Amino acid sequence: MGIKSEISHTLWITWKDLMELRRSKMRMAMMVLMPLIMMAMMSFMFPSSNSVSNIPVAIVNADSGSAGSEIIYAIEQMNSESKMMILKNASSEEEARNMIVEGSTLGAIIIPEDFSQVLSTRSSTADITVMTDNSNPQISQILSQVLTQIINSMSEEYAVMGLEPMAREIGINPVAMVVPFKAESKGVTESSSYVEFVIPGLLMMTMITSVMTGLPRAIAYEKDIGTMNGFLAAPISRFSIIGGKALGRIIRGFIQGILSLVLAIVLFRINVYGSLLSIFAILFLGVFSFVGLGIVMTSIAEDEETASMIIMTLTLPMMFLSGIFFPIEMMPSFMQTISRWLPFTYAVDAMRRIMVFGATLGNVYTDVVVMLAFGIATLIIAIPVFERGMTR
Amino acid sequence: MHSNCLDCDNMTEIIEVKDIVKVYRNGVKAVKGISFSVSKGEIFGLLGPNGAGKSTLLKMLSTLLRPTSGTATIDGLDIVKDAGEIRKRIGLVAEKMILYDYLTPYENLKLFGKLYSIEEKALDERIDDLLKTVEMDKWKNERVKNFSTGMRQRINLIRGLINYPEVLFLDEPTLGLDPHSSVEIRRLVAKLNREMGITVILTTHYMEEVDALANRIAIINNGEIAALDTSENLKRMISEEKVLEVKITNSAKAIESIRELDCVRDVSSRDGELRIYGQGENFVDSVIDRIKSSDSRIISIKEIEPSLEDVFIKLTFGGE
Ligand SMILES: Nc1ncnc2c1ncn2[C@@H]1O[C@H](COP(=O)(O)OP(=O)(O)OP(=O)(O)O)[C@@H](O)[C@H]1O
Ligand SMILES: [Mg+2]
Repeated sequence: MGIKSEISHTLWITWKDLMELRRSKMRMAMMVLMPLIMMAMMSFMFPSSNSVSNIPVAIVNADSGSAGSEIIYAIEQMNSESKMMILKNASSEEEARNMIVEGSTLGAIIIPEDFSQVLSTRSSTADITVMTDNSNPQISQILSQVLTQIINSMSEEYAVMGLEPMAREIGINPVAMVVPFKAESKGVTESSSYVEFVIPGLLMMTMITSVMTGLPRAIAYEKDIGTMNGFLAAPISRFSIIGGKALGRIIRGFIQGILSLVLAIVLFRINVYGSLLSIFAILFLGVFSFVGLGIVMTSIAEDEETASMIIMTLTLPMMFLSGIFFPIEMMPSFMQTISRWLPFTYAVDAMRRIMVFGATLGNVYTDVVVMLAFGIATLIIAIPVFERGMTR
Repeated sequence: MHSNCLDCDNMTEIIEVKDIVKVYRNGVKAVKGISFSVSKGEIFGLLGPNGAGKSTLLKMLSTLLRPTSGTATIDGLDIVKDAGEIRKRIGLVAEKMILYDYLTPYENLKLFGKLYSIEEKALDERIDDLLKTVEMDKWKNERVKNFSTGMRQRINLIRGLINYPEVLFLDEPTLGLDPHSSVEIRRLVAKLNREMGITVILTTHYMEEVDALANRIAIINNGEIAALDTSENLKRMISEEKVLEVKITNSAKAIESIRELDCVRDVSSRDGELRIYGQGENFVDSVIDRIKSSDSRIISIKEIEPSLEDVFIKLTFGGE
């Protein structure tokens, strides 16, 4: 049995599986729909402009002087452009607090009674309180960050204004007196949002789940209904059976992966920095690394349902542990250890580096080596396990 | 029709099975040491009730299952060691149809033809020939999905013939078919055997099937061969058998005295109902006499046609 006929047998089995898919309108539709639904869901969860808007915020101006009103005017001016907040008036700190408790606002800016006075005498630093609804951590964090930043920079401006005459006398820049140095943070690429962090992993996930859930159908189902006997009784190598089945699934997964990629680019306008060829290579490698494992699981299981269940239980935690949704560094250390043992982690990592940083295959060679090694090792185990599973 | 192999004894043995055993992983002993041989060109029937181990035996011979112990050879090739070589020479029509609904007959046959590495042009011709043989050439390019069971089984059958095998394994080829289709399939098998000299091993529940086709029949029960003979001899064995089903009072005592009768082979009792197996002209009379003479009253009595199962019981549980 030459290698040539083995390849031909493999391709014929793949052809059969793809033919069955093509002939079933429902299955074709589902194959296209799956990535579509997934990406649409993502776009609801992570809108492409990663800013928030229309947060109700109460303003309490207890200041007897004019400085308070000036600050509020400045905030209103700023907000009229960004529409981040809906500003409401409140008479006292007490009332603002009640509004937050009731839920009618999510935050408050409180300017105290003696604000103008302290400011003009400069007897100490005048305080403005920013109060937020900390039962809503995400919004609370954004709001307090943004408001403190606005108020602090206004304070800096105020300081610079006060120092200006003096600074001119000694001939230095007043800004440098107030802010002698500051940090400027800068990413490797221009911008990056959470979506850009998540999409590469999701692409990988779409493909791998497609292959992993598809394999039990492709193998265990045929075993259940007895058609597998046709392949097993034919003079073909067992590898051709496995290879043919896997290739069919990889092609299906690939179509879904590419569809998801296109949708991601259209829906989220994400920037893809890496070459398309590297992306495809990683998609392929990622799936390849899993095929052996999928076949082992499927062969061990007694029927299709058991196989699906084993594979689902295995892949689901893998998705979370592999850092698709949040960085591995945020996990407890023992989970980080588990994560490092999962091939999926490397697939996601490679995909992210290529898509977001424009890395080349050479840059991610560790990931490539790990995926290849895992894929080959599991496939080597898979062949005898498959043989045993089919002839018990 | 079934006498086309009168010289079987002089022909070469193509299949030899020796003490073959299969114990499944769950501990079920499906085949418990079976030996037989089949001559080239013979149609060999395996007759047995559900769970007898027929399919298990067939799966081992067609290299789908590894025997737990024992050996079997086809054309002198070992079914385990030379599985690859054997696969080229055998055809399989399994219990469950090997047929893809979404493909057409042509595509189904093409797929398997390619797996048997048959050259393109020869394959296309062969497909046409086979389709004509089963009168399915009109349906060549229709999807199997919409076919009736009979049509499917015809395609399923020729799928097993795509490599023009030397030995064809048929596992209940007429299961679920109407009488007309069953006869068609049987006629076809006989024709293949006659014209192409294919050796056929056939399993079935149906006496008439092996009767019409097989030169020799092995009755299998409980993983063992209960009888192996020509269909004529087996048929004689069955037609002589009589079975009485009686309901009587005071049965415990009566059973003993009925058993003593020479014409009675076996008595079994189930839910107070007795089944009495025996033969001879006086069988019914003698049994009734014995019942009467043992203070029992007959509630009901009827003579039933011996079913295949009755024969198996007779053959395998003898004097139980
Ligand atoms: N894969 C399996 N695992 C465990 N036990 C099995 C398996 N296949 C069959 N058996 C058991 O082995 C015995 C023989 O089964 P087999 O299918 O060979 O019988 P059969 O004669 O073909 O019956 P039928 O006429 O119903 O097709 C049965 O008791 C069955 O339950
Ligand atoms: Mg069977």
